[in-house]
Amino acid sequence: MPAIVAKDLSFTYAGGDKPSMEHVNLSIDKGEFVILTGPSGCGKTTFCRCLNGLIPNFYAGDLQGKLRIDDIDVKGKSTAELATHIGFVFQNPENQLFSLSVERDVAFGLENLGVPREEALKRVEWAMQATGILALRKKAPYELSGGQQQRAAIAGVLAMRPSVIVLDEPTSFLDPKSAEEIVAVIAKLNRELNLTTLLVEHRLDVVSRFANRVVVMDKGEVVLDGPPDEIYSDQARLIGIGLPRVTMLFHLLRLDGFPVTKNPTTVEQAADELKRMLNP
Amino acid sequence: MSLRFVEGFKFTRMDSPIHRLDPRAKFILTLGFFACSLMFTNIYALVIIFVAQIPGVLMAKTVSRWLRSMRGGLFLGVFIFVMNVIFGTTIASSLAFMMRFFAIMSAFSFFFMTTSADDLGLALEQVHVPYSISFTFTTAVRLVPTMAIDAQTVVDAQRSRGLELDKGNFVKRIKNYIPILIPLIISAIRRSVELAEALESRAFGATENRTSITTLKMRVADFAVIIATIAGLAAAVYVYFYVSLPTLVIPIQIPRLF
Amino acid sequence: MIAVENVTFNYPGGPEVLHNLNLRINDGEFVAIMGENGAGKTTLVKMFNGLLKPVQGRVLVDGVETREKSVAQLSRNVGLIFQNPDHQLFAETVSEELAFSLRNFGFKEEVIQRQVTNLLTALDLERYATSSPFVLSGGERKRVALAAILVWDPKHVIMDEPTIGQDYLQKDRLRNFIMQLESQEKTVVIVTHDVEFVAECKPRVILLSQGRVIGDGPAVEILTNRHLIDQSSLVMPQIASLMNRLKELDAPPGIIDAYSAREFLKNRLRNVISTRPPPER
Repeated sequence: MPAIVAKDLSFTYAGGDKPSMEHVNLSIDKGEFVILTGPSGCGKTTFCRCLNGLIPNFYAGDLQGKLRIDDIDVKGKSTAELATHIGFVFQNPENQLFSLSVERDVAFGLENLGVPREEALKRVEWAMQATGILALRKKAPYELSGGQQQRAAIAGVLAMRPSVIVLDEPTSFLDPKSAEEIVAVIAKLNRELNLTTLLVEHRLDVVSRFANRVVVMDKGEVVLDGPPDEIYSDQARLIGIGLPRVTMLFHLLRLDGFPVTKNPTTVEQAADELKRMLNP
Repeated sequence: MSLRFVEGFKFTRMDSPIHRLDPRAKFILTLGFFACSLMFTNIYALVIIFVAQIPGVLMAKTVSRWLRSMRGGLFLGVFIFVMNVIFGTTIASSLAFMMRFFAIMSAFSFFFMTTSADDLGLALEQVHVPYSISFTFTTAVRLVPTMAIDAQTVVDAQRSRGLELDKGNFVKRIKNYIPILIPLIISAIRRSVELAEALESRAFGATENRTSITTLKMRVADFAVIIATIAGLAAAVYVYFYVSLPTLVIPIQIPRLF
Repeated sequence: MIAVENVTFNYPGGPEVLHNLNLRINDGEFVAIMGENGAGKTTLVKMFNGLLKPVQGRVLVDGVETREKSVAQLSRNVGLIFQNPDHQLFAETVSEELAFSLRNFGFKEEVIQRQVTNLLTALDLERYATSSPFVLSGGERKRVALAAILVWDPKHVIMDEPTIGQDYLQKDRLRNFIMQLESQEKTVVIVTHDVEFVAECKPRVILLSQGRVIGDGPAVEILTNRHLIDQSSLVMPQIASLMNRLKELDAPPGIIDAYSAREFLKNRLRNVISTRPPPER
């Protein structure tokens, strides 16, 4: 049973003259780590908002099609109801931390759900351990770095024990090193907890090593869906996706007429392939 | 002037016996000082009430901030004094009213300086104020420094486009604040929308029966403070009715203007 | 020229943010100021137009000490574009937004009209001339903010984190635009931690860490220095990491982007192919 199934999903924001997302058909299995990417305005944020009910509850408009999460029809469910199935981490760490201590912040969702104190404390402990922020528990969010804040946000979502986690460009405001660290944390959680993960990202060079599936959207539709080495193709380039530089290099070598057979998406793959090509 | 005044109400984390008190106990103490200040019009009594707060300020290790806020309130205090004199009150009474202002301001400033917004929110919750209200309050407090930074950024950005806020006549100066206010309001709205989205995603409002992992517990020190406040109030009431306080007479005649 | 001489700075009541900084940016240079969050990059560039004045030391812009001039006076020559366009957009129309600074600086109305039209064209915003800036998309708002600063043609242009939140096409456009500014002989300073963007533009890189300059040199040198990279929470450009793994190739140092890597590898691959025995008939 897939974790997320979208059938012919379309949405037009209220007052908009054309759909922001059209005829999206997507099926994501439990435990998959999927990258969702595409140029600005392609509809990826719109799609994510449908997943946890922000569309149509928070953002009014015309929503068509079917969407099931954990085999539950999302239609008619509020975001609060869906919060135990699907967690959402936003771009700006500042605007998703609510409390004056990390511990209380991680507990926030559980408190809202009315989880009894004993159980809540256990889960908070577990979530902070899983994201590596136990040492920061008493600190105030404003005392943390961007990367630490995002870890706290992830912990807060994790504590609610969703089976799916959606992260909308969580590395936007982070420096490169923190970006790599947070993506590694996300990948670790995906592996260890079998947590279905949908990561929206522009920085494909950072995330490609962790994902085995990339979905590309353009102008409101899904146009590419498959493993990175298949997706990072000419078509992706033309759409305007920022491919990893090593992939770009091999594309250039192919243009130059060299017998390039592989499409590396990480530095390791590229190094191996070049060694092979230079020492036949 | 204005910024120092506000600083007197900002919370700072500090390890002091006062900071560790339950906010409910502290608030009762503050109300006690407030009630006493309102009760008396006698300058000696009001000075005593004001001075009585100083040991607390010392224990809370916030002396310099408290002094700064008092200095910030000086303008308003003197204003009260002058207004009273102009409208016919005796100088002694006008001084008393000024003292009352300082006593009240000091009491509330002291409360806010030693109580975090989170603890305040918890206190409100535990006295059964509806959660939406207490949460609005704590979030607003939490956002004040964030929005102050936003405001500074907007001012910087517009000054970098040649906006000069300190030039021009009165009307021009007011108009010059439009390029500051609009981005600020829009930023605030955008921020609120993002916060609201995040709140929804953390199941805000999912159930009426919200739990809390931290609860405020009254300890011996808190009860001691409450008992001391009640005793102090009782003493004040006694003094008010049964003790005749010396009056201050300042033999200066202000010609009645009104 | 922008000269920073022994500058130390702290916000009132706060710790020192910049420690005894010294640097010089010549007219027409293209510089990237990089470093971890909190290193002092934004603080530093705010000194170039006088928003912040040094606590110790001095900053000279075109020979004039910033302490002696107001922000408005310095801004005539130093255009500072802030990271978030929403912190400056306020007018009823995009044209009015662009005209704002020109009015502040006291330009004549004909000049204002002309400059506004020029910038609308230069940044592909003509169709939005009478639109409200608030209905535009994020990327478009960023262009309006950029236009609003360039409209008065400042000699030195400073961009604070221009690539955050931008997709690849937008960054490409930005790169081209910076090259245009360069060809107009403007000094361009970008504050960024986008390593790949810098690797492709190859400006001079000034690396800040904890309020001090820890590196200053061509991008190809700074971005391949592992020690400096680690100190400032950056990562090496992918191509540089790749070349590090291919030490046996004896590649010249400083290959940090796909195009230079391709040039180098082309030759090596041709050698390999030409020395291979011909395929069996």
